[in-house]
Amino acid sequence: MRPDSVRANTLHHVYGWLLLMPAAILLIAFTHYPTVATLINSLFSKGNIVRPSRFIGLGNYEAMLDDPIFWKAFGNNIWFAAGTIPTSMILAIAMALLVNRALPGRGFLRMAYFTPTILPMIAVANIWLFFYTPEIGLIDQILETVGLQGKNWLGDPDTVLGALIVMTIWKEAGFFMIFYLAALQNISPELNDAARLEGASRWTYFRRVLFPLLMPTTLFVAINALLNSFKLVDHLFILTKGGPDNASNLLLYYIFESAFSFLDATYAATLTMVLLALLAILAIGQFVILDKRIHYR
Amino acid sequence: MSVAALFPSRLRFGDWLETTAAWLLALLWIAPLAYAFWAAFHPSEYSTRFDLTAPLTLTNFTDALSQAPFARYMVNTFLLVTMLLAAQFILCTLAAFAFARFEFWGRDAAFALVLVQLMITPEILIVENYATLAGVGLIDTILGIGLPYMASAFGIFLLRQAFKTTPRELEEAARVEGCGWFGVLWRIYIPIAKPTYLAYGLVSVSHHWNNFLWPLVVTNSVETRPLTVGLAIFGAPESGVDWSIISAATLLSVSPLLIAFLLFQRQFIQSFMHAGIK
Repeated sequence: MRPDSVRANTLHHVYGWLLLMPAAILLIAFTHYPTVATLINSLFSKGNIVRPSRFIGLGNYEAMLDDPIFWKAFGNNIWFAAGTIPTSMILAIAMALLVNRALPGRGFLRMAYFTPTILPMIAVANIWLFFYTPEIGLIDQILETVGLQGKNWLGDPDTVLGALIVMTIWKEAGFFMIFYLAALQNISPELNDAARLEGASRWTYFRRVLFPLLMPTTLFVAINALLNSFKLVDHLFILTKGGPDNASNLLLYYIFESAFSFLDATYAATLTMVLLALLAILAIGQFVILDKRIHYR
Repeated sequence: MSVAALFPSRLRFGDWLETTAAWLLALLWIAPLAYAFWAAFHPSEYSTRFDLTAPLTLTNFTDALSQAPFARYMVNTFLLVTMLLAAQFILCTLAAFAFARFEFWGRDAAFALVLVQLMITPEILIVENYATLAGVGLIDTILGIGLPYMASAFGIFLLRQAFKTTPRELEEAARVEGCGWFGVLWRIYIPIAKPTYLAYGLVSVSHHWNNFLWPLVVTNSVETRPLTVGLAIFGAPESGVDWSIISAATLLSVSPLLIAFLLFQRQFIQSFMHAGIK
């Protein structure tokens, strides 16, 4: 190699790193460093004026395993995900199939389905709060007119999670719809014509042809929905504050409470590690699945 | 013959059924928002009485504006999303260009480390990030709300894809014309990636207009609070504010984004698609 091109190559390395530098510094400061700091802090005891924080190994984790609120929040997260994701995905497929064809007012329909997506969760919670309010709320008023007894939907541990799930489905189905719409647009209409010629019913066509073709989209949406379900806690601040009696508490909200209400940063770090582990597992899952998807194509 | 005659009419009946279902679902979906409009534009005694002759009013909006500094909150949100978008465009462009066009030591490892942020978003690390911001004295500043999101793995990823698919011939042609690295980036790569910038920009603005948890943690004064945090404080049940006024405040907070969405529906939906699929 000529000295000239060697120097050009060295310059490439330098340029590359210089361009990356500003973003790298911020990423390290707000993603990598705090991840490591969280791990370290989770191994220390909560400090106070009398007793400074000291290394306690896995002590916080042992305390967490004995903490009924942690298990409650963790279980709620699972129920919240199980309650919102499949239903909103089924609705999303239905919406996408409905507006993928020529029908009157298609533009309006698509807008109606998608609009909740661009509203902030805080605004959504504000609107739905009034639906769920006992007695004066809209749901109870409607029930009253047909002679049924209303109830305190958000104040009852048996109904609070369900109420939040219904609201979240409303918020998210339209978002998932657009991924199915994009996928449907890539499916050749000739497949439909061929199925019709063979005499297949529309349901058979959906089950045997469309749904399998939409599988990669379904996996993609499912994993992203699962990731989101762990990050979505804004509505709790308006609707329930995690109550009643932690019946609607979620992990990230419990982390917030531990850190900023109970001022126990090391326990919050321990809880954060659980959330990080869950997200890491999902990330690896996504990687494996996307990898398969490439082979499959 | 009778079967052939029946078939099209059965199809038409199926179409009719699907159209009806689509419309019913759409009305159900728009109902909560339509209800918020109803409550906001009518006196509070009509908030659950759907009487079409009910008088329209704007007092709920003026009341909301006089009871909380929503105009200031809106300015804060506007400053936040503008500053953040500008910083994201600059930082992500430079980093994406490095990943797409430079061979440098540790490039693949560095890219993997960038992608970590796709999973571990800053709101999960609120505790540590709060400590970091406190350490540099940026608590309760708009810059502090934006800082953790400026280097966006998502933006870097999208722009890298766009830069990688740009034909090399264009770059070589520009080099012949005497362009340096910056000239090539500015004249060739950035203009070609315009649709990606638009898609990423719309997704980023919608996301940060609506973001709540991290701004709630960082801010504690009127001068820095974005709309979502201001609205959450205003609408808290213990504040005892009238329902119609809360509806008006909610609509005020979402209106800029909602109007932008209604005007540029196609671009919004396509941007969310584009950003989600890559």
